[in-house]
Amino acid sequence: MYPREFDYVAPSSLDEALEALGDDSKVMAGGMSLLPLMKMRLFSPAVVVDIGRIGGLDTIEESNGDIVIGALVRHATTATSPLVAQVATGLATAASLTGDVQVRNRGTTCGSLAHADVAADQPAAALALGATMVAQSSEGTREIAASDFFVDALTSALQPNEILTSIRVPKHQAGEGSAYDKLGRRGGRSDYAIAGAAAWVKMEGGSVADARVALTGVGTKASLANAVADAVIGTDGSEQAVKDAAARATEDVTIIEDLYGTEEYKTHLAKVYAARALSQAIANAS
Amino acid sequence: MATTSVMGGAVKRREDPALIKGYGSFVDDMTPTRVAHVAFLRSPIARAKITKLDTSAAKETEGVVAVYTHDDVSHLGPLLAQVPIGKLRPLLADGEVNHVGEAIAMVVAENRYAAQDAVDAIDVDYDVMTPVIDLKKAKSDEIKVHDELESNVLHTWTYHGYWDALGLEDQTAEVDAAMERDDAVVVSLEMTNQRLIPVAIEPRSVIADWNPGYGSFTIHSSTQVPHALGGAVSKMFGLKSTDVRVIAPEVGGGFGCKLNVYNDEILVAFASQALGRPVKWTETRREAAGATIHGRGWIGTATLVGTKDGEFLGYKLEAIADMGAYTQNFTVAIPLLGLWIASGQYKMPVSWTVDCVVTNTMTTDAYRGAGRPEAIYYLERVIDAYAREIGMDPLDVRVKNFWQPDEFPATMGCGFALDSGDYEGAVEKLKAEAGYEDLLQKREEARAEGRHVGIGIGSYVEVCGFGPAVLAEIGFSWANYGLPASFNGSGIVRVNPDATVTVVIGTGPTGQGHQTTWAQIVGDGLGIPVEDIKVLHGDTREHPMGIGTFGSRSLSVDGAATFEATKKVREKAARIAAHILEASADDIVFEDGGAHVAGSPDKRAEWAQIAKAAYQAHTSPEDLDSGLEAHTTFSPGNATWPFGTHLALVEVDSDTGDVKILDYYAVDDCGNVVSPMIVNGQVHGGIAQGIGQALFEDAVYDEAGNMLTGSLLDYPLPTAADLPSLHLSHTVTPTDVNPMGVKGIGEAGTIGSAHTIVNAVVDALSPLGVKHIDMPLRPKRVWAAIQEASN
Ligand SMILES: Cc1cc2nc3c(=O)[nH]c(=O)nc-3n(C[C@H](O)[C@H](O)[C@H](O)COP(=O)(O)OP(=O)(O)OC[C@H]3O[C@@H](n4cnc5c(N)ncnc54)[C@H](O)[C@@H]3O)c2cc1C
Repeated sequence: MYPREFDYVAPSSLDEALEALGDDSKVMAGGMSLLPLMKMRLFSPAVVVDIGRIGGLDTIEESNGDIVIGALVRHATTATSPLVAQVATGLATAASLTGDVQVRNRGTTCGSLAHADVAADQPAAALALGATMVAQSSEGTREIAASDFFVDALTSALQPNEILTSIRVPKHQAGEGSAYDKLGRRGGRSDYAIAGAAAWVKMEGGSVADARVALTGVGTKASLANAVADAVIGTDGSEQAVKDAAARATEDVTIIEDLYGTEEYKTHLAKVYAARALSQAIANAS
Repeated sequence: MATTSVMGGAVKRREDPALIKGYGSFVDDMTPTRVAHVAFLRSPIARAKITKLDTSAAKETEGVVAVYTHDDVSHLGPLLAQVPIGKLRPLLADGEVNHVGEAIAMVVAENRYAAQDAVDAIDVDYDVMTPVIDLKKAKSDEIKVHDELESNVLHTWTYHGYWDALGLEDQTAEVDAAMERDDAVVVSLEMTNQRLIPVAIEPRSVIADWNPGYGSFTIHSSTQVPHALGGAVSKMFGLKSTDVRVIAPEVGGGFGCKLNVYNDEILVAFASQALGRPVKWTETRREAAGATIHGRGWIGTATLVGTKDGEFLGYKLEAIADMGAYTQNFTVAIPLLGLWIASGQYKMPVSWTVDCVVTNTMTTDAYRGAGRPEAIYYLERVIDAYAREIGMDPLDVRVKNFWQPDEFPATMGCGFALDSGDYEGAVEKLKAEAGYEDLLQKREEARAEGRHVGIGIGSYVEVCGFGPAVLAEIGFSWANYGLPASFNGSGIVRVNPDATVTVVIGTGPTGQGHQTTWAQIVGDGLGIPVEDIKVLHGDTREHPMGIGTFGSRSLSVDGAATFEATKKVREKAARIAAHILEASADDIVFEDGGAHVAGSPDKRAEWAQIAKAAYQAHTSPEDLDSGLEAHTTFSPGNATWPFGTHLALVEVDSDTGDVKILDYYAVDDCGNVVSPMIVNGQVHGGIAQGIGQALFEDAVYDEAGNMLTGSLLDYPLPTAADLPSLHLSHTVTPTDVNPMGVKGIGEAGTIGSAHTIVNAVVDALSPLGVKHIDMPLRPKRVWAAIQEASN
């Protein structure tokens, strides 16, 4: 629980931070995941670039039909923002179910996405809500769709010299709704997800016009369950329709066993939570 | 306002303001000048020969002061154990490792980071051997863990044969015969009581400071047993007790895991002596998970035989208990604590066999409840299954077989006598508090709606307050650590010249609030405000003798000693007051912060006057020694036997297996209550730990002996957010084992709760045909049990 030696820099501007990043560096936001891994010597970066003192990254703003969540927005802020709750409901719920008060007060929404833990809450919500990641390096800015962002366990599409400066989430329009639900490792919704799902739907004239469903906790990474979305689109979104669609939840994932679930159990839970998230999203849409 | 008449009063914990504000002084808060820091190389392999151990690169690492291996410390011998059955732990691995986490080398460096870097630079080769992890395989002796031992089975405890001197009768034939009866209903369950990690919030930490000039040690350690540690150091280093001072300052939780003297404490002392400078080590969470003792770890089959109408005819347990690789303090003796309460609150013959086996895992020893939660779990689970089998209410079945109030002291088949009890009284209170009839109704309504709601009942009796001096014959003392051979209590009460009081006790808190409870006892006895009473503990220089806090013994043993010492001080004070007031000591009454002559309230001497007089020869009676102090030792004739019955209401989500505790009621009886808030706090924490075992916690070694739960990420603990509000209430059945009529309450909550939860979950799922689920009842297990039952 004692990290190897490393350099620590805490620049006050984004440019300086980008300058300090190299092949063997790590960005630190809330430090909630980075520091434990360093203490266990599983990560031993030469340089830690603390972005905590950079101004202007801690805001939630509206821009062209999106809400933009800055790199230093904490889970607690995402969870309690009335705006996020209204126009990106699933993301707010995911934030509110993350860790405990201390973790929510330090950990950031962007940091959690960048960290790409297989059992984290935010990635599924970002996928289902169709978020776009805004990554900046000294060479410029690029945008990465959520569906391209999660590569593997603890691996995102970010390069070592990039900072995820914000994410853009399309605001729910009329008829749209989203939701997130999970079973936590300590039961209920407590702790990392044994299995969790986020869903976004667009309802038109009493039927499901569009949908996205994403899973977390069950595979090697958070991922879209496209088969479920395809199956539910065009239906009336009834309990039965949702259940039938959710039965296809694991067609696109490789289920990974762990102390909290066998393959059989996680396969089952993926379906249960896909259905729960979808039903709730449909309810939220009306 | 001054608080004087306080026994039984709801006094807030006096220690909390300092602790809450962060002013408590824990070992890791201390950093003596010139201190060097320790990190250990610990085995990543469960069982191997060490074929190469090269520390040369580590010694060259920047900031390293020294690196030690087995040869450097072998002259000190293996770690002492109080019940030395099995292989004692080498201080550092002696050419082989026997569990993941075993210490192989010790690095001392200028700081913790450098120490850890040097650990990484040690070059070790292992010749990996097949480990023994599974308890049944261990028992079979297919592979022996230690060549030098005859068998992996270190010892077998039997109900009648555990102590030859008692000449007990074997009841096995009686139990077996009952099973053959025509009207017999025999119910068996094979169950696991899983291994747990104690997880104190403060990790263990030790600083040893050898002064070469004085030839003496000062050792600060986060321990429950400073005197035993002092004794061990004296013995192992050949020093007089006056040259070893051990201080346990604030201790942030122990739960039994700090009731061991550990090899790391001895090694840190060794390094300090070798280097002539203070040396410090604080365990990491990973070390806390893999190199501090574990608890529980039993598998076994419990069988209850009874009649169709609910009369118990006998109980049988055949179990295997995991001792881990090496024997430490009480390792092999832990199941004995369970044996003494094998029959629970019931009158029936018992046949009980527990094999203690060695495996390639961390040592097990006392963890909150120590043997008793296991014993009660097996018994109370199978009683529940039996009640369901014969279709009788689980409370009615229990009540039908309880010892009756007029039968106490009730001598059980294990030779010990339950001191006092009104078991049915606790059940009646529980029924009233919980609204039992309404709950049954609610459960039926919920079931009609297709919900899986269950009510769990869990009774318990436990044995604590160690202890009776006779138990020293079977190992219950600190004799192997050079201390007197019995677990007596002791208390020193001293009224100072300014009428403040210093109380020195042979036991110290790891969170239990001794500052408050002891001040209540002494304040009540002397009529001196609690605010003026200081309770000292945990320093071997202040008190010649201390047993420590464990086995829910502090109040009923050391508290009783303090109670008696207080009486003696009061008697002496009465004589001084009589001298001042020119009256007879027999006529002195203490009231309102002073003494007066009975019937003449104005003939008064204040405590300030009495205290001062005690320290000046010209104002105290000629035939009295100066000072106002008493030191009393208390040796109880029996343990105390608290009891109670708990009830949990749970709901299971059959789609996911998720268990929700809807409500929890507990009625506990610990005799007279000195400090109600502290008693409730103990029950709260105890139940939280029982729920932790029932639902969350599991220390897992895989087949290769890797520890899969080495951090709190993988070892989920209950948090406040996971627990329901607990409805606590008490019945009061005093004991005559000690003058205050008190029984221990530190472990009762834990002993009473795990099975209550499991009984409730099984009740919820019994309509589906579920009969048992092993703890922890994580959603995956509950769901799997539902699947299995419905297939
Ligand atoms: C006790 C505890 C309980 C928890 N429970 C949950 C839970 O229930 N559900 C859940 O989802 N999570 C849980 N977490 C994880 C927590 O949500 C994450 O640790 C946190 O959100 C990560 O954000 P951070 O700002 O602390 O990131 P950091 O720890 O600072 O960084 C994490 C990783 O992301 C990278 N990174 C961070 N920000 C950026 C950025 N802007 N650009 C590029 N890279 C970046 C870092 O380099 C690092 O690799 C828990 C954590 C703890 C400690």
